Amino acid sequence: MKTLGIIFGNIHDKDIAELTAVRSLASIPFGGRFRLIDFALSNMVNSGITKVGVITQTNYQSLMDHVSNGKHWDLSRKNGGLIMLPPYGNGDTKPIETGFDEIRSIRSFISHSDEEYVVMSDCDNVCNINLADVVQSHIDNHADITIVVRNKELTNNKPRTIIETDEHNRVVKVINTDKASGEKTVFANIIAMNRKFLLGLIDSAAENNYNSFKRDIFAKNTNKFRIFAYMQTGYFANVDSLSNYYKHSLELLNKDIRDELFYRDGANIYTKVRDSAPCKIASTAAVTNSLIADGCVIEGEVKNSILFRGVKVAKGAKITNSIIFQDTVIGENSTLNCVIADKLVNILDGRMLSGHETHPYYLAKNSII
Amino acid sequence: MKKKKCIAMLLAGGQGTRLFALTNSVAKPAVSFGAKYRIIDFPLSNCTNSGIDTVGVLTQYQPLILNEYVGNGEPWDLDRSYGGVHTLPPYQAKHGGEWYKGTANAIYQNLHFLNEYDSEHVLILSGDHIYKMDYSKMLAEHIAHDADCTIAVIDVPADEASRFGIMDYAKDKHITSFEEKPKNPKSNHASMGIYIFKKDVLVRELIADEADKSSVNDFGKNVIPKMLAAKCKMYAYQFDGYWKDVGTVTSLWEANMDLLGDKPVLDLDDSLFKIYSRNQPLPPSYIGETGKFINSIMTTGCEIYGTVINSVIGEGVTVKEGAVIENSIVMQGTVIGRNVKISYGMIDENVVINDDAVIGDEQSSKDKIALIGREDVVEKSAVIRSGEIVERSAK
Repeated sequence: MKTLGIIFGNIHDKDIAELTAVRSLASIPFGGRFRLIDFALSNMVNSGITKVGVITQTNYQSLMDHVSNGKHWDLSRKNGGLIMLPPYGNGDTKPIETGFDEIRSIRSFISHSDEEYVVMSDCDNVCNINLADVVQSHIDNHADITIVVRNKELTNNKPRTIIETDEHNRVVKVINTDKASGEKTVFANIIAMNRKFLLGLIDSAAENNYNSFKRDIFAKNTNKFRIFAYMQTGYFANVDSLSNYYKHSLELLNKDIRDELFYRDGANIYTKVRDSAPCKIASTAAVTNSLIADGCVIEGEVKNSILFRGVKVAKGAKITNSIIFQDTVIGENSTLNCVIADKLVNILDGRMLSGHETHPYYLAKNSII
Repeated sequence: MKKKKCIAMLLAGGQGTRLFALTNSVAKPAVSFGAKYRIIDFPLSNCTNSGIDTVGVLTQYQPLILNEYVGNGEPWDLDRSYGGVHTLPPYQAKHGGEWYKGTANAIYQNLHFLNEYDSEHVLILSGDHIYKMDYSKMLAEHIAHDADCTIAVIDVPADEASRFGIMDYAKDKHITSFEEKPKNPKSNHASMGIYIFKKDVLVRELIADEADKSSVNDFGKNVIPKMLAAKCKMYAYQFDGYWKDVGTVTSLWEANMDLLGDKPVLDLDDSLFKIYSRNQPLPPSYIGETGKFINSIMTTGCEIYGTVINSVIGEGVTVKEGAVIENSIVMQGTVIGRNVKISYGMIDENVVINDDAVIGDEQSSKDKIALIGREDVVEKSAVIRSGEIVERSAK
C-alpha cells in the first residue's frame, strides 16, 4: 500500500491575509510550537507515507526554513522523503487557481513516482487522522476517488462543498454553495486516489474541461466515477479566517481536544525543533488555563492564552484571551486582551491593547507598540 | 579525508553509585537534568558549540538507555558522514576482551579509534558534570603553548579542595605540581577532568601506562603524575564559568535549583550557546484553572492542575488537582496524583504517585532528599520520609 503524499502549501492564503502577509498558509504558527503544515505532514508520516511533495507558489521562504530537508518529520530519506515543489517557471503564464491546476503543474513529479496511491491534503486542516485507514477504505470500496468528509454546523456564508452519500458511503451528490446552513456533511480537503487514475484525470483534463476537483471532477462525475466518502469523526478544524484561527487556537485549552489532536493512539505531531531552554515562570507570575511553550520567561499574569516559544512577559503585565507568537516581548504593566501578536512584536511598558472575541486585535510581525 | 584538528573522547561508563536509585538502570550521563536535558547533553552540546564534530562516547555501565539516547547524534548536530558521534563499548577480540579498568584504560582500548581519525589533538571529557564551556578556547591555548597536555582547572572553595585533583601552576600557566585528592591541598586549582593531549603524546603515554603493571590506569592517579614527573609540557587552562559535579543526590538537586530564580546561576536561555537534547514531539505545557506554577521551570507536554513551587518539572509530567510540590525535581513522564504532597523530593522518570501520598516531612532538606526510583509506583496515601529511597525490586 505504498502511498505518495501531496500537500497544497499556499492553497487558501488569501483567507487569512493578515497572517499570510509574511508567510505561506502552511507556515502559519499554531498551538504554541507548531505550524499548520505540521499536522498534514505528521498525519502522512504517522500513516506510513515516506514520500511527500509540498506544492508552493508564493511567500515560501518561511515554509522552506521550517521544513528544511524534512528531518524533523523523519522525511530526510534516501528514497522519497520531503520534496518541495516550487513553481516551475517555464514562461507558461496560465494562472494557477485551483488545487487541480497545482496538481497538473506537477504532473511529471506524479508520473515519476512509483507509489500505487496518492493522498492529497490541504495544509490548513488541523486534525490527527489515520490516512492509512482512508487508503484502506479506498481499496475496500474499489473506489476511483475517496474524499474525507466531516459533519459541520454551517453558520457563515463561506463557500462549502456539501457531500451527499448513499448507505454505502458512495457519493451521490456534490453541491458547491455559499448559502447552506445547518448541520451538513462537508468535504474536508483530503483526497485519496490511485496514482494512475490521477494521471488519467490530468491527461484527459483538456478534453473533459476539468479545472477543479470540487466543481468539475467531483460535482459532475458522481455517476461516472466511484467516489466514496470517508467520515472523519475526530477533532477537525479548518483555519479559514483570522477569527476562526483565534477560535480554534483557543480550543486547544480544552484537554479533550489536546488529547485527540496530539496523542491519538500515540500518533504525535512533529515540528521543527528549536532547542529552547525550558520555560521559566517566576515567583511574581500567575498563569492559569494557558499553554506555555519552551523558552518563555513569565513574570506577569497570563490567563486563557497561548504563548509560543521564547515569549517574554514582564512584571505587572496582564495577558488574557490572547495568542502571542514566537519571541514577542511584552513590557511591564502592559495589558493585552483578545490580541494575536505575530512574531518578534515588541510591546513596550504600560501599553493597553484589546480586541474582541469575534474580532481579535492583530499585531503584525516586528511591530513596536 | 582531511584530518581533524581535534576529536573528543567522552567517558560515559560510570555507574554513579552515589546517585543510588537514579542509576539502577541507567548510566550517570543519562540521568535527567533541568526539565528537558540529560547530563550528557552538556558535554555533547559543548563539543558542537566548540566546533568539535567527532566524539567517541565510551560506555560500559547500563549502556542501553544511553545508547538509544545518543543514537546517531542528530539532536547535537553530530550526525556526520565523516566523524560524528560513535558509542564505544568494551568489546571482545580474538584474544579475548575485558571491561574498561580505568579512565586511561578505556581510552587505551580504543586506540584504533584515535588512530583511525589521527587528529592532531584529543580532548578527554567526562559525562558527569554540568557546565557550558567553549573547548575551542582551551584548544587555542593548548596550541599556543605547544603543550603536550592541557588540563582545565577551576578554583574551588578551599575546604572542598581535597575532593579533587589539585594542581599548582606558574604565571605562564605551566603546571608545577599535581596531586589527586590531597589531604593538605597546596592550592584550590581543581582539575575539571577535562584534558587536551597531543594525539601522539596520548598514544605514547597510554601504551606506557598499560605496560606498567602497578598502574590502575587512571588519568588523575597515574598518567598525569607520570607525565609531570617526566617533565612533559603541561599547562593549565583556567575556567571561571559555572561548573558542577553532579555525582551526589544533593549536588544534582543543587544544580537543578541553580536554573531557578530571576537571574539563575546557570542560565540556559542563550541562543548563541544552546544546550541541545533529544525530546519527544509533545505540545506546549498546560497550566489549568487550578494550577499554580511559581518560580519553577518545565518543558513540553506537562499538564499542571496542582501547585508547583521552586521545582524543576520534566517533559510530559502531570500534576493533578490539590497536589503540592515544593523544592523538588520531577523527571519526565511522571504522574503526580491528587493531593499528593512532595517536599525536597527527587522523582525519577515514569513514576506514578497515587493520590494522597506524602513524600518528605518537616526534616526535609537538600541533604535529606526523598528519592523515588524510575518506573516506581507509590501507593495511595503512602508516607515516604525525608531521606528515604524507594526503588523497584531489582530485576
